[in-house]
Amino acid sequence: MSNPTLVMYDEEFQEINEVIGRLLNEANAKVIFLVDKNGQLISGVGETERFDTTSLASLTAGNIAATGGLAKLIGEKEFSILFHEGEKDNLHISIVGGRVILVVLFDNRSSLGLVRLRVKKSSEELSAIFEKLLVKSEEREKRGSSDFPFAEITDDDIDNLFS
Amino acid sequence: MSFINYASREINCKIVYYGPGLCGKTTNLQFVYQKTAPDAKGKMISLATETERTLFFDFLPLSLGEIRGFKTRFHLYTVPGQVFYDASRKLILKGVDGVVFVADSQEERIDANIESLENLRINLKEQGYDLDKLPYIIQYNKRDLPGAMSVEELRRELNPTDVPEFEACATTGEGVFETLKAVAKLILIDLKKGK
Repeated sequence: MSNPTLVMYDEEFQEINEVIGRLLNEANAKVIFLVDKNGQLISGVGETERFDTTSLASLTAGNIAATGGLAKLIGEKEFSILFHEGEKDNLHISIVGGRVILVVLFDNRSSLGLVRLRVKKSSEELSAIFEKLLVKSEEREKRGSSDFPFAEITDDDIDNLFS
Repeated sequence: MSFINYASREINCKIVYYGPGLCGKTTNLQFVYQKTAPDAKGKMISLATETERTLFFDFLPLSLGEIRGFKTRFHLYTVPGQVFYDASRKLILKGVDGVVFVADSQEERIDANIESLENLRINLKEQGYDLDKLPYIIQYNKRDLPGAMSVEELRRELNPTDVPEFEACATTGEGVFETLKAVAKLILIDLKKGK
């Protein structure tokens, strides 16, 4: 496999939510999402119930993938920040630690400068957490530790899903 | 690449429908969308041209139910089938857990099928995947059309490795869920092995 499975544990999940929760306040944002580069939503804070978060995650990843493709065409590694300006709401999208996507939605109660500044600080913290997660997954893999929830499932469990 | 979240007790997997232009990938997803209970599906997104040709991808999130306390979610994607959208197809294959190759059974499309299948293999390889090691299903679509080749002929051309195959007519829905279930099952079995 080109990419190991992303595994999220309670401890890191809480740490991540603390960081993006703080960012939400400091950047005066409406909503913040963290999305895996493959389009899976990792977490979200703020007015998340107002949005179709699954679709948002998938489209954000598609957007990052497409601009990443553009970047490579012109000889860049990636475009690490995307900014979409709307009439009322704006999206600030950035890549964290090369692997996850941080999406900040804000309106005129904040500003691009403030968001950029706060995102930069939070990105470093988030990078460290994801780095830790990666190490943790690798260690568990090496130990052959099987807290993997699927190790014990039976064929019947799988069949039952479809009955 | 599946995503396992212990905090929310969820497992997310990605299925990609691949195949030549107009073979019925989007129609497969539309049928699944129509026939799935509202609480088990999210919104279907289609990034298409004005003439309803897929431009980037279609996306449909489905949740199948729980296994051992973990919610299993499948994200279904289609690729744009037209040859010149190759750059987009590569992007959508990133992080794929299982592939459905939708073949157009009509005789005049056999070359397009073969070309698309080769393209799938190459694009997967670029991402570091081997089609022979991925959960992979072939669907022979448009069985209802008069110009459809026999399944034996299609198998000879498109399925030399003898992967699970299904006959389908995506417009009426025949074979659509059988295909989806089969690939989802292969993915879960693969996860069980803890690859």
